[in-house]
Amino acid sequence: MKNLLNVEMVTPIITYYGYTDGSGEYYIVIDAEKCNSCGDCIQVCPQTALKMEAMFIDLEDKMVAAVTEHHRKKIRYTCSSCTPECGSVPCVQACEQKAISCIWKPK
Amino acid sequence: MPPKELNGDDKTMENKNRKTEYWRWLEYQRIMPGRDWKDAEIVTAGVDVGSVGSKAVIMTDGEIYSWSVMRTGSNSSDSAKKALGWAMENTGLTLKDFKYIVGTGYGRVNVPMANRAITEIACHAKGANYIWGPTVKTVLDVGGQDVKAIRCDENGKVVSFLMNDKCAAGTGRGMEIIADLLQIPIEDVGKVSLSVPEEPEPVSSTCVVFAKTEAVGLLRKGWSKEKVLAAYIRAMAIRMTELIEKVGCEKDFVITGGQSKNIGLVHRVENILNVKRLPVPNLDETGRDPASAGAIGAALFAKALYEKSLKR
Repeated sequence: MKNLLNVEMVTPIITYYGYTDGSGEYYIVIDAEKCNSCGDCIQVCPQTALKMEAMFIDLEDKMVAAVTEHHRKKIRYTCSSCTPECGSVPCVQACEQKAISCIWKPK
Repeated sequence: MPPKELNGDDKTMENKNRKTEYWRWLEYQRIMPGRDWKDAEIVTAGVDVGSVGSKAVIMTDGEIYSWSVMRTGSNSSDSAKKALGWAMENTGLTLKDFKYIVGTGYGRVNVPMANRAITEIACHAKGANYIWGPTVKTVLDVGGQDVKAIRCDENGKVVSFLMNDKCAAGTGRGMEIIADLLQIPIEDVGKVSLSVPEEPEPVSSTCVVFAKTEAVGLLRKGWSKEKVLAAYIRAMAIRMTELIEKVGCEKDFVITGGQSKNIGLVHRVENILNVKRLPVPNLDETGRDPASAGAIGAALFAKALYEKSLKR
């Protein structure tokens, strides 16, 4: 897809890992387009909640960072020690590509 | 001692026959008229083993040839075999005729005849793009045990997605349970829920177990079945729109999955979002069934992957 200036636009491929429930919103957001599979985020995660996972993009399998299935449904607890409220989110900071962000809105 | 007619084994059979399963939806298989797979160069299949339903779609040169929708049993690989077997029934096709088979859905790793597995997110976006065309930008898939909100581009490529599979709240499974509790056939719940004179407050909990308890309480309070149903479906719709708003709702908007047939749910989601979904195409003429969108996408990917393998 090209934009109005005829420059090829990069469309993101954003995955929201987490959930909204009665207690608030909790998501780790990863853009598979920006992710360069370096694995820095995996190294810094104190809970080992991240891993590389194959994602099917344009008929190819690209290895991208993802929250492990085991942690997706309890992310509120898994990530409770490093939420934006605590001041720093290691995985977000470790990512040079700025592919990871965090949505944390407890009620 | 209970009276003789209330006791004894000979009554068991009769009781079994009397049992009514309001949740049980109709399984179906169709073959598109006027097409012959022998004329096609590439025959592919997509098998979507969902948590509640298993869908198989057979495509000839990228067009739907036949498909089946049935319940998933306790064994995903058996369900995959049965669904594909049913789609092949009366067609003369054998497994050797398929150039490529893609498995998707909850049980995608357990599709024994598949050449590879692809996540259902990619398949649903691709399937919706095929069913409704390139204008589709937002897909809400209401599955048996999860709800997915997907944003895609004009090629059916996923741009952003959110899946809530933490619990069965607001999914097809929940609907089955409430239909059974209220003794309303699952095919009719949508229509019945719209027969209330005014919209009741939604039930406060979307958790299936709590919602069922709450529904029983409301019935005891004197609420009509219709009103309780409306309250439950309203809660489902609110939950779904929360997910959609997270990824953003861009037109055109479509609903896939089994619950796309629940007009009570569709109507409420449309009202809350203030967006109309694209209408469901005529099944008999086009075969473009929103309930099997994932399997359609898988069959399309199967064709693309086969063609890619030829180029190497």
